[in-house]
Amino acid sequence: MNFNLMAVFPELLLLALAVVILVVDPFWKDSNRKNNLGWLATLGLFGVILASLLFAAPAQDQLALGGMVRYDGLGFVFKMLFIFTAAVSSLFFMDSEKLANRAEAYVLLIAATIGMNFMASSTDLVMIYLAIETTSIPMYVLSGFMLDDKRSTEAGFKYLLFGAFTSAIFLYGLSLVYGFSGTTQISDMRGFFGTFNPVSGGLLFLLIVGLGFKISLVPFHFWAPDTYEGAPTPVAGFLSTASKAAGFALLMRLFVMAFPQMAEHWQMLLAVMATLSMTLGNLVALAQTNIKRLLAYSSIAHAGYALVGLVANSKFGIESVVYYLIAYVATNLAAFGIIAVFQKSTGSDEIRAFDGMSRRSPYLGLAMLAAFLSLSGMPPFGGFIAKVLVFAAAMEAGWTWLVIVGVLNSIVGVYYYLTVLKYVYLYRMEGEVEEGHPIHSSRPAVIALSIASLGVIVVGVIFSPWFGMATRAAASLF
Amino acid sequence: MIPISWYLFLSAALFSVGLFGVLVRKNAIAILLSVELMLNAVNINLVSFWRYGNTADMAGQVFSIIVFAVAAAEVAVGLSLVYSVYRRRNTVIADELDMMKW
Repeated sequence: MNFNLMAVFPELLLLALAVVILVVDPFWKDSNRKNNLGWLATLGLFGVILASLLFAAPAQDQLALGGMVRYDGLGFVFKMLFIFTAAVSSLFFMDSEKLANRAEAYVLLIAATIGMNFMASSTDLVMIYLAIETTSIPMYVLSGFMLDDKRSTEAGFKYLLFGAFTSAIFLYGLSLVYGFSGTTQISDMRGFFGTFNPVSGGLLFLLIVGLGFKISLVPFHFWAPDTYEGAPTPVAGFLSTASKAAGFALLMRLFVMAFPQMAEHWQMLLAVMATLSMTLGNLVALAQTNIKRLLAYSSIAHAGYALVGLVANSKFGIESVVYYLIAYVATNLAAFGIIAVFQKSTGSDEIRAFDGMSRRSPYLGLAMLAAFLSLSGMPPFGGFIAKVLVFAAAMEAGWTWLVIVGVLNSIVGVYYYLTVLKYVYLYRMEGEVEEGHPIHSSRPAVIALSIASLGVIVVGVIFSPWFGMATRAAASLF
Repeated sequence: MIPISWYLFLSAALFSVGLFGVLVRKNAIAILLSVELMLNAVNINLVSFWRYGNTADMAGQVFSIIVFAVAAAEVAVGLSLVYSVYRRRNTVIADELDMMKW
């Protein structure tokens, strides 16, 4: 047995950081607490990334800790992505009145990040289930964190009911997988699911229910719009980026490693779901009047786009999904961050409230331009290259019809993203001088927004380091 | 010895009852209870697969113990969320919590 603790080095550091936050929190005066907590969490998280990059980058892929986790490139790339997302999110937490003063909020954020790290690296059914729940339970609490807000409690409640329900179905699938293969190690399962029959087809469906919930695929998406709208905006941002990427990491590892012989069947199943997600997500987004709901439906559509790369089931396909997720995380973090700042200053998250925003705060408008153009897939932003790669991978694997559906859907997407930008740039506040209503943003929010917006541009312009990471990740699956 | 299929049928039946409960009941507490039924079905599956398989490999038992522990944590969080909704809205009926639609 291999007890290589370096395999869980980032998680150990995260755990230590969470404990430190809880221990030092009572010693601070109320006036300092808000700043101290946020900076401790943020700098701690960036410190974890730095230390992991220096000491814990995997040299070669190996199973560790009795086969519970795999110490490999895929896990490592995703871990860094999750911790980065948590660090930027904790800067947004500082900007939020309800979250900033509470040590629990940061600790729950870190706990969810630990769970996501394990989702990306675990290779044992027990560990997979534990990782999913470690991610979900803190997220339920964070979604319902604002106890005096009707919408927030309702958001947490709905997320919990859907989450508990789908994870029970997923778990039933896992128990059958264990029964049929006699092992909980997903790397030992290859031989057991050779031929396709109704039972193994049903099994795949049970597993897709659980993971489809995490990445908000149609038809398991019902929680997403309500939860995103009601949850505190920084939490919604974290939920739509890191949580979704974690679901993808697990989906890729589980299906590619455990069910290679049934690939044809899960490819078809996922292709159908990708089509549904893209189409329904984009069409319903057209009708939204609330910006957070619009982004929720857009994130459902984006789950569909990213799935197109996985359907290809090739090395290039996995690379494209990883690249897509990197670009998507940066973009959506920026988008939700802008909304958080805007909401704090104006108290509204309706799309009409964005009238004349570019005049009220030119830089915020510019960040919004970058984020929304990237979401719609315009060069030179990250979303463009990511979409090209995903569609190229699917073309290469012969999924032409799926690519056509994807491209048509992107065109629908451009319409509603540009509609929002129309309010921001072309419309004016009625009967008011915009300069008289500036949007105030605090220093942490400005830093976080700069990082995220810069990320959107850098991922789109400088290609090779990110694609190198994606290649490293994909190499450990094939 | 009773064939394993009996246990699997029992578990499938229990799972279906739970599934039905989640889809049909409106009361949040009843939904959580139905989810618990589904988790119990999973545990029956796990333990019977372990018993009829390689008993030297404890993975099945360990898995079911972990399912217990996690289910308890989930219900604790679940009930407190239900309670926080109840304090705000004075209801635990899922249909009546419809502030956000479309």
